Amino acid sequence: MKQLWLTAKLDIVESLRARWFQIYTLVFGGIVALLFLFGLTESRVLGFIGLSRLLVTYIQLTMAILPIFVLITTVRSVAGDREAGVFEYLLSLPVSLSAWFWGKIVGRYIVVFLPVFLAMLGAVIWATIAGIEVPWDMFGYYTALLAVMAMCFLGIGMLISAIARSTDMAQGAAFMVWLVLLLFLDLILLGVMIQGKVSPELAVTLALANPLQVFRTAALALFDPQLIVLGPSAYVILDLFGAAGYKVFALAYPALLGVVSATTGYFIFRRGDLP
Amino acid sequence: MIQFTQVVKNFRGARVLDGISLDIAIGERIALIGSNGAGKTTLIRCLLGEYTYDGSVAINGLDPRSNRTAVLGKIGFVPQLPPPLKMPVGQLIDFSASLCGTDPARIHAIARRLGLDVDAILTRQFVRLSGGMKQKLLIAIALGRDAQVLVMDEPAANLDPEARKIFFDLLAERLDNATMIISSHRLDEVSSLVNRVVEMDMGKIVLDDKVADDVSLTGTLAVRIALKRFEPAFAKALDGWSIASSDADRLEWSGHIAGPDRLRFLGIVSRYTALVSDLSLSES
Repeated sequence: MKQLWLTAKLDIVESLRARWFQIYTLVFGGIVALLFLFGLTESRVLGFIGLSRLLVTYIQLTMAILPIFVLITTVRSVAGDREAGVFEYLLSLPVSLSAWFWGKIVGRYIVVFLPVFLAMLGAVIWATIAGIEVPWDMFGYYTALLAVMAMCFLGIGMLISAIARSTDMAQGAAFMVWLVLLLFLDLILLGVMIQGKVSPELAVTLALANPLQVFRTAALALFDPQLIVLGPSAYVILDLFGAAGYKVFALAYPALLGVVSATTGYFIFRRGDLP
Repeated sequence: MIQFTQVVKNFRGARVLDGISLDIAIGERIALIGSNGAGKTTLIRCLLGEYTYDGSVAINGLDPRSNRTAVLGKIGFVPQLPPPLKMPVGQLIDFSASLCGTDPARIHAIARRLGLDVDAILTRQFVRLSGGMKQKLLIAIALGRDAQVLVMDEPAANLDPEARKIFFDLLAERLDNATMIISSHRLDEVSSLVNRVVEMDMGKIVLDDKVADDVSLTGTLAVRIALKRFEPAFAKALDGWSIASSDADRLEWSGHIAGPDRLRFLGIVSRYTALVSDLSLSES
């Protein structure tokens, strides 16, 4: 356990000094600042006003940015470290492979999750000071959603890093994964379903298997509990899970996907050549 | 102590290690030499448990791949190219010391002996240090613990003569209780440090020979050089070895060099042979 925390601490310090982290923090801090600046707490959509409106917009933007950011930066730094000889040296020290791999994940998870969470927390603190009502249930669920989103894409990123033998290959693969997930978002699935190219059952299954879509639907469900914007798919989802059930599924499935990906990545990592 | 038995390593169908068998006893100092692509780095990485391979590698009977922490706890490693670590020097020392179960003060002390002012660079990023400073720090981390095996890839390449002398002294302190594997492209760089030479070519061992162990790691040689005429470039080179002129015309030069550095020093002098009218090296 001591080795794991040492490795995690090492990864945190390395990340804090990396440019990607500075940009990453700036992007999410900037989003919240801009949302306040543009007076989003004053606007009204679907009956939502105040901080809940800001949180809904923030989570939508985060869903667009966080996955690709986490995927690319994870594979770049892990595969890049391996190419640059960092692994050759640090893995010559007496650290177990499990402590090394999971320590890297823990360290990276902290630096990936904290900025998005702190940006949201900052918005809540500001709202409290400004006397705006804070929707604590929504804040709690969105925090869990962000935590799971970071876990899911970090796990996938570590899997890609373990498989790819060069930074270029790892970046290409990460980008492809993200593109495939984008392709299977609801709008495109609805399109092919309307054209009769896939059965409705298959389209819904693909949507439920796609973590991006799962996050999107869960975020929508908070301000549109009947999922009216999703059309007929909403019947399947709500019949299958129920509103509360889907909220649980939206946390459990991506978390499981992240853990399974990371675990597979770990076994591939320890089985092959390390540097 | 270290046993390689029929070690074979392939990279995408290309055979990089071709049935290497080698026994290394405690106290042996091996020069692992060979041209680029001979398989030296691959062999070292197999020893460090970083590569998978066919055959077996054992250190004190333990496989470095399946007993990583036990085996690597006994190995001090200095890579040829320092890793581009962004972490501060202080954290690198603490991290290594903590994993290796040693006191960071030991690493600090060795770094200071090598001429590195550690306290002044504790908060500086490792990657921002000069090549020589990185090398000194990595040597200090490898030697600042009770390693039974020292694996060093061109360890003294970036060191100045003064630091090289101290480095040789540090190695001499480990002669009785450590095995050393020193990898280099050129034998003359490491010949005086070792008592056995293993040369590799195309993934095979093509030479395995004991060498005369007459050169003391801690010994020094008194140097005297007389020049026919003054040459600024040669004077600068001698100055780098702390050899000073003793006359107004700067034709007579004298000083001391580390015993194991004799071949390297003669290599420098050989570039200016036409200028040298007299040269003596005597053990002091």
